[in-house]
Amino acid sequence: MAAIEQQGAASGRPGGSPGTSFGDRFSMRTRRLVWVWSFLALPILFYAIIRFYPTFQAFYLSFTNWDLLRPAKFIGFANYIKLFKDPQFWKVFKNTFTYLIIGTPISLVTAFTIAFFLDRVRFMHNVIRALYFLPFLTTAAAMAWVWRWFYQPPPIGVINDVFSMLGIPQQPFIRSTDQALFSIMVTAIWAGLGFQIIIFMAGLRAIPGTFYEAARIDGLGEWAILRKITLPLLKPTTVFLVVFSSIGFLRIFDQVYNMTTNDPGGPLGSTKPLVLMIYQTAFNSYAMGYAAAQTVVLFTILLIVSLLQLWILREKK
Amino acid sequence: MRKATLFAGLVAGFSTFAFNAAQAVEIEYWQYVFDTRVKAMDQLITEFQKANPGITVKQVTFPYADYQTRVIAANMAGNGPDVMQLFYGWLDKFVAGGLLAPLPKDAFPHAKIESDFFPIVKAMKRGDDYYGLPTAVRSLALFYNKKLFTEAGLDPNNPPKTLDDYVAAAQKIAKRDASGNLIVEGSTLDMGGQDHQWWREVLIRQFGGVPYTDNDQKVAYNSEAGIKALKFYTSLQLEKKIGAAGFMDEGQAAFRGGKAGMTIDGTFRLGAFKSIKDFEWGVTELPANAQGVRSNYASYFANGISAKAKGEELEASKKFLAYITSPAAMDIWLKTVGELPALRAAALTEANLKDPIYAPFLKGLEYAHTTLFMDEQGQRQNAIDMANRVLLQGQSVEDSIKQAAAAEQEIIDSAKP
Repeated sequence: MAAIEQQGAASGRPGGSPGTSFGDRFSMRTRRLVWVWSFLALPILFYAIIRFYPTFQAFYLSFTNWDLLRPAKFIGFANYIKLFKDPQFWKVFKNTFTYLIIGTPISLVTAFTIAFFLDRVRFMHNVIRALYFLPFLTTAAAMAWVWRWFYQPPPIGVINDVFSMLGIPQQPFIRSTDQALFSIMVTAIWAGLGFQIIIFMAGLRAIPGTFYEAARIDGLGEWAILRKITLPLLKPTTVFLVVFSSIGFLRIFDQVYNMTTNDPGGPLGSTKPLVLMIYQTAFNSYAMGYAAAQTVVLFTILLIVSLLQLWILREKK
Repeated sequence: MRKATLFAGLVAGFSTFAFNAAQAVEIEYWQYVFDTRVKAMDQLITEFQKANPGITVKQVTFPYADYQTRVIAANMAGNGPDVMQLFYGWLDKFVAGGLLAPLPKDAFPHAKIESDFFPIVKAMKRGDDYYGLPTAVRSLALFYNKKLFTEAGLDPNNPPKTLDDYVAAAQKIAKRDASGNLIVEGSTLDMGGQDHQWWREVLIRQFGGVPYTDNDQKVAYNSEAGIKALKFYTSLQLEKKIGAAGFMDEGQAAFRGGKAGMTIDGTFRLGAFKSIKDFEWGVTELPANAQGVRSNYASYFANGISAKAKGEELEASKKFLAYITSPAAMDIWLKTVGELPALRAAALTEANLKDPIYAPFLKGLEYAHTTLFMDEQGQRQNAIDMANRVLLQGQSVEDSIKQAAAAEQEIIDSAKP
């Protein structure tokens, strides 16, 4: 690196005609930078146009009453005021956080437990791992439809059929305002489990075996090893998965929409997450401005939750 | 070698295309994807082009879920269709957005529209102008499973005529297993399907009320009749136990699967039910009340001319619209799609009136009502929620109606352009 950063290596070359070509005018370092940035510019430009421009546009739209048909008119905070007064929004808000607050810990604890034990299993290890990973590869919509049929009342619902064989009373599942949200959450957890297990196992494998040997020589029990060595050293993995899975639950849509297409987000809005409400406001009612305001709120929630988690789970120095 | 031939063919194709385009006018027709509708339209376009050699019609289709968004977005971008299909319930939105041109009175005189079409075509009129005409119309009827009728000891050639007959027949058909789980429904209950229309335009009227007043701008079902109608509807599940909402996921699926004795559905379901092999089914008019009062809900997709069609394209669009709303086109549509002709003369033919399947739907058209929805999905969702509050949460019918009426009024008011 030091050699490259030497100034004037190119332009000071004797016999060179300064200013005739691009290469001669600039130092090696500058040329390298230009080279690097010309490659980086493409994705950055792409991102700016595809991601940032619409994002800022959404912020602007949230202050208008645009309905696709007529030109947008600036209406100040009216959309936000309407939103905070809308009982449906608060219901949806509560649903979204139920998915997050219950879904994330359950999925992480389950994934860790499975990864922890799977890590020790030698018999058919790869097959079992593949089985856990399989749902992650499947389209969410297809899985949601399969689960939708599993959850049906008799005579077609498999789960209720099993219940009746075992003498357990029939459950309404997605036809009930109390059970529907959890029935859908289970499928979302199951779908994401494979990915989390793989990441946890990679994290577990990365912990040096010598630590465990030393701990065993010192006579530490399994529980103490888990608490004092495995979990602390697994922290970067855990932070990543907590953030990743939280964002996933805050953005949940596919499962809910596909499992409740007859009555999207129902029954009685009991399973409706924020993203589905945004979708309906935008593409059923064509209230684009109002939908943009909801999007900004979702964006803010995602930002706060992510920052909060990074701060809580930060490295203590 | 084959590639070269193919390429030459392509080039030739493009050049003739370009040549034709130079002297002929091309218009675009938009509708949503539904196999039989697309096929029928292809056939209509072929016939039309044969009769009008100077005009080419290009059919463009989109999935139903995207269709409205596409039309609206294309209009903004300035490259929408010349002639488009639209649900009658979207008219206010499309007119407010300046998507549609009023039908020219020279080509489509009002007196002729009003005398020749079924009266429900009025729903396409705003102010002094008509904005579209349907090729076909749809109404509701009661489908019944003849096999289940026979098994329950009922006469499969004598389907229920009144609401009381309907309940009695359904109670005989409904079957439960030892632990009380429903295994065969007497009749399907599915507010998300056509039941909300049945409740809104049929049951409320049969119990002596009206669903709306002021051109359907004012909710009027928070009344004795509305309460009685919802009580009747919810009691089908709660007291008479002839069915359950959500049984087999959807009402039409339960009927198709042979697990429901009866279902209320529309003409558009005929195509799907025609492939049923396991049992014979029949169709009859929606049950009347004890006083013999009948009602029905009719709806349709209309065809309108885009506001952007001008000059030659407008002339071509007028010709095309006139053709696809002609008796000849309706005949093709009926044979391919199974939807009833929108012109009285084309619909009420002797053959159609004798047809055991078409006749009940046609009779329904005579006394049908068409709700002028402001936000069809919102108003439908409101009806689903109203029933669910009673069925799932045990709310009283009176409270649920009150809540639904207030919520629907708000939906209507906020959807007003």
